[in-house]
Formats: sequence, structure tokens, C-alpha cells
Amino acid sequence: MLHRLTISELTARLARRECSAQSALRACFDHLTQVDGQVRAFMSYDVTDAYAQAEAADAELTAGVTHAQKPLLGVPIALKDLLAHRGQPLNCSSKILGNYRSPYDATVVEKLKAAGAIVFGRLNMDEFAMGSSTETSAFQTTLNPWDLTRIPGGSSGGCAASVAANMAYASIGSDTGGSIRQPAALCGVVGVKPTYGLVSRYGLTAFASSLDQIGPFAKDVHDAALLTQVIAGHDRRDSTSIPQPVPDYVAALAKNTGPQPLKGLKLGLAKEYMIGGLDPEVDAAMQAAVKQYQALGAEVVEVSLPHSDYAAATYYIIAPAEASANLARFDGVRYGARVDGKDPAELNSKTRGAGFGAEVKRRIILGTYVLSSGYYDAYYIRAQKVRTLIRQDFLKAFETVDAILTPTTPTAAFKVGEKSDDPLQMYLSDIFTISCNLAGICGISVPCGFTKPTETTPRLPLGLQLLGKPFGEETMFRLAHAYEQSTGWHHERSPLG
Amino acid sequence: MSDFNIHYVAKLARIELSQDEESKLGVQLGNILGYIAKLKEVDVTGVEPTAHAFPLVNVTRPDEATGSLPHDEALANAPAKAGGLFVMPKIVE
Repeated sequence: MLHRLTISELTARLARRECSAQSALRACFDHLTQVDGQVRAFMSYDVTDAYAQAEAADAELTAGVTHAQKPLLGVPIALKDLLAHRGQPLNCSSKILGNYRSPYDATVVEKLKAAGAIVFGRLNMDEFAMGSSTETSAFQTTLNPWDLTRIPGGSSGGCAASVAANMAYASIGSDTGGSIRQPAALCGVVGVKPTYGLVSRYGLTAFASSLDQIGPFAKDVHDAALLTQVIAGHDRRDSTSIPQPVPDYVAALAKNTGPQPLKGLKLGLAKEYMIGGLDPEVDAAMQAAVKQYQALGAEVVEVSLPHSDYAAATYYIIAPAEASANLARFDGVRYGARVDGKDPAELNSKTRGAGFGAEVKRRIILGTYVLSSGYYDAYYIRAQKVRTLIRQDFLKAFETVDAILTPTTPTAAFKVGEKSDDPLQMYLSDIFTISCNLAGICGISVPCGFTKPTETTPRLPLGLQLLGKPFGEETMFRLAHAYEQSTGWHHERSPLG
Repeated sequence: MSDFNIHYVAKLARIELSQDEESKLGVQLGNILGYIAKLKEVDVTGVEPTAHAFPLVNVTRPDEATGSLPHDEALANAPAKAGGLFVMPKIVE
């Protein structure tokens, strides 16, 4: 039963020596062995290495090291397959990396280890984080632990499913256009996209460098705040990381006191997001959330984000453009799989033709086109200008509100195969999450209820998104925490949990 | 997008495509380009482009030698290596 605990519940038991780190890990592995044949969240995991870390954690606990010193001491945490973990495979769920093993640890992995975590496992994702369902993985499609006929969301679908099915106490993923928040919503867990520059990306395989950010998946907001705290902070090895101190996010949660903990805070509802075609159950969950926030003392007002309708088009120019440059490194020369050719150009082309899947090819070709001579100004520069307008919309809205409230996704989890043949429809499943990355602000998805079960479909989780000011994580976590604690959705566990 | 030549752009991107892939990706990319063309509606007169949400400039470190990956580890993932080097087909005759 240990595997069902949150991080704060587990560390309390570890501190009292009621359980060991090794037993906490064993609970994960036992459960994983039972359910991951169905969920397929993990690409691989190194049992020996994980137990060695657990043994070391137990030795530290016995020696009197406290969770005040190492907040994650003895807590097993899994990684999306694009974060470098020394000696472990890294494939980005792509064939092109072959038998690659990371020669070093990503900064977030160093920080997790320094905080005492047991870092284990490689979690499935859309290939190179390009997708919203894990269906573009070259190896396997992860399934939603709430309904195995549906996708878990993506690209960090393995991260969300592993936490929703209690195979890991938490996981770390990346979010370029919603890749943490969307799967978190569809799997009924908490997912955070920190402000651009808050978390070092050293050791993260780059997709779109002006949009990518690393963040946690957790079972509740407290754990998510703690994990963000651990992985955030300036790093000289990432030139985009912001040199400023990290606030105490967990301490900020303690500001929520009394029956109206959010009194004095203001939430915005974007009128442009109240679009026609919003799923009636998503709409109903949103309206209930608004009432809940009002009951908690928050004021809810309408705001305008006039350029919202252009976010997806802007994103699908900027992200592929940056991807086409970043993925040029996968050329069959220094690492990964190689297909030989008579000259270097042919070797590159054959390697990339055989190694990349369809979605990655689509995006690299699209990105190459929008950056090519004659089209650069019309597509790429224009998109960067519209990006300025989108960012200004948010900064203007934040002059009057502390955060913006939206559904995380327009619908609950869709069926496997439902959108995989229609890339454009797949892209539009991210409409509520994309702007956050373009604007460089922070966002969180928190469980906010379920669809009604029918004879053929079980209940499916829904997520609420809070978009916070740049470096406004403290307030964002407070808002998420007060809502969560007053609703109790976070106590619901998937049938495979 | 009548001027989008998938064969030419794939070559620029150094991705070999089969005939089937060319025709399928060509149609899909045509649809996507049709969708992103809606940005033409936006008045961007006088708007500065955003490359990064929080641009930091001149991020440097002190010019001091520091440790780096050992040679054998840097080559450990190489698909072909010899004599401490990556092996590639000949570039010039």
C-alpha cells in the first residue's frame, strides 16, 4: 500500500522509521510489475541501480539525516525519457538514438539526488516531445490508467500515467506547449510548467529552446510545490536560467488560513477562452470551480486576451523552426543509430530518414521551410511579432488579476487512434496550454472533477489550469492548493492505482 | 501553398523520404500551412519580435579552464570510431 502515499505522507513515515526507502521502492516495483504491462508508462528501469540508491538513503536515514536537510530522502521519482541520467539509456522515445547512454546527469537529476531522491526509470513520451498522446513514440503507446482504451495525453504521457497509477511517487517531465499540464489533466494528477528560466535545462534534450521548461508531476499540490522548489534555481550551465533566488513555495502554502484563504486575490476568466464547442462537462466543471474560488474568498473577473486565436498558429511556426535547428544534432555522426552512405550528406539523410518518425519529420520539414530564404520574414519573424502581442495580452491582464483560470484541455482523454491521422486536430487539442509557453509565464493543472460515466465509458478526470505571472509560482501554488484542499479531487485514485 | 516543394525542403533538412512519405507528408503540411497562414490577419506594424520571453544578454563565465568529459566517455556512444576519433565517409577525394 506504500505506493499509494503522497511524498509528504511517505517522508513522514520514513522519518519515523515506520518504513524504509527500500520498502517504498519495492512497493513501486511490485505495483509496476502488476500494472505496467497494461499501462506501458515505462520504457525501462534499472532495478539494481534503484535499490543501491534506496540502500544509501536508508543508511542516511539511520545516520539521522532529516527531511529538513534532504526533503526527498528515500522518495522514488521517475524521469521522462529526455532527461540525462548518467549511465542510463536516453532515447526520447525515438529510434534515432540507438543504444545511447547518458555520460552525465542533467542538473535536475543532480538536484533530485542531492535532495535524497531515488531517481529511477525512463518514461515513455511522444517522440522528441512532439505530440499530445504518446502515440508518436517509436516504441509504445502509453494508455490512460482511468480507461485503457484512451490516451494519457502527451507528450509526457508516461510521466502522468506512472503517477496516476501509483508506479512512482512523482515524475519529472518537460512542457513546450502543454506537455506537462495536458497529460496531468487527462490522468487526474497535478502538473506544473514553471516560468521560463526558473529550472535549468542542462541535460534536457532540446525541442524548442525558447519554449521548453522542465517541471514535476505529483499526486497533490504540496508535493508539486516541494518538487518545484527542489529543481528550481540558477545554473551556470544553462545560459537562459535566471540568476535570482528561489522562494519557499511550501512555506507559501501556509499563508492559506481560515475559511476564506484567498481573500484579496483576484482571478481572471479570459472571455476568448469561453469558446463555442467547449465540452459541456468541461464547461460545467469550470463553472463549479469558479463558484468554489468565490467561496474561498477570491474575486473572479473577466479579462481579455485578444490574440488567443493566433496562439496555435504562432506556436506551430516557432516550435518547429527551433526544433529543425535543435534536431540537426541527430546526424548519425557522434552518437545514436547510423545508416551508412557514400558521403556525409547521404549518411545524414539516410540516418534521419530511417531514425525519425512521421511527426518529427513533419515538424523538422515545416521548421526548415518557415526558416528558409524567402519565407523567413513571412512566417518566422511574423510569428515572433505575434508572440510579442500574445505576451503583452498576458502582462496586461496580470495588471488587474493575480492569475488566469482556464480548463486545461477542451475535452477529457480521447481514444487511442482518434486523432493520430490528423496532425492539425491533434495540434488543436493544446489550445489552452500553448500561450503559457509563448508568453513565458507559469502554469499548473489541478484535478477538478470527472466526466459522468456511461455504460461504455468510465468516468474520466478533468483538469483546471491556473496561469500565473512570470515568477508568480508562490501565488499560483496557493491558489491551486486552496482549491484542491477544499474539493478533495486529489484523493481520487485511478482503478489501476 | 502551391510553392511548397516537399522534396526540396526535405533535402534541405537532410531527411530521406520515400515516395509514400512525400505524398502523405506533403498533403498534411499543406493543411498545416493553410492553418498558420491566418497570422496574415494580424496587424504587426511596429511590433518588435520576441525571441525569448526573458532575454538575458552576454551570459558568460570566467575565462578559466574547467574539467570536461573524458575522451573515452565522449566517444562511448559513437556509431563508428577509430584511433580516438569519430569515423565518417570521406568528404574530399
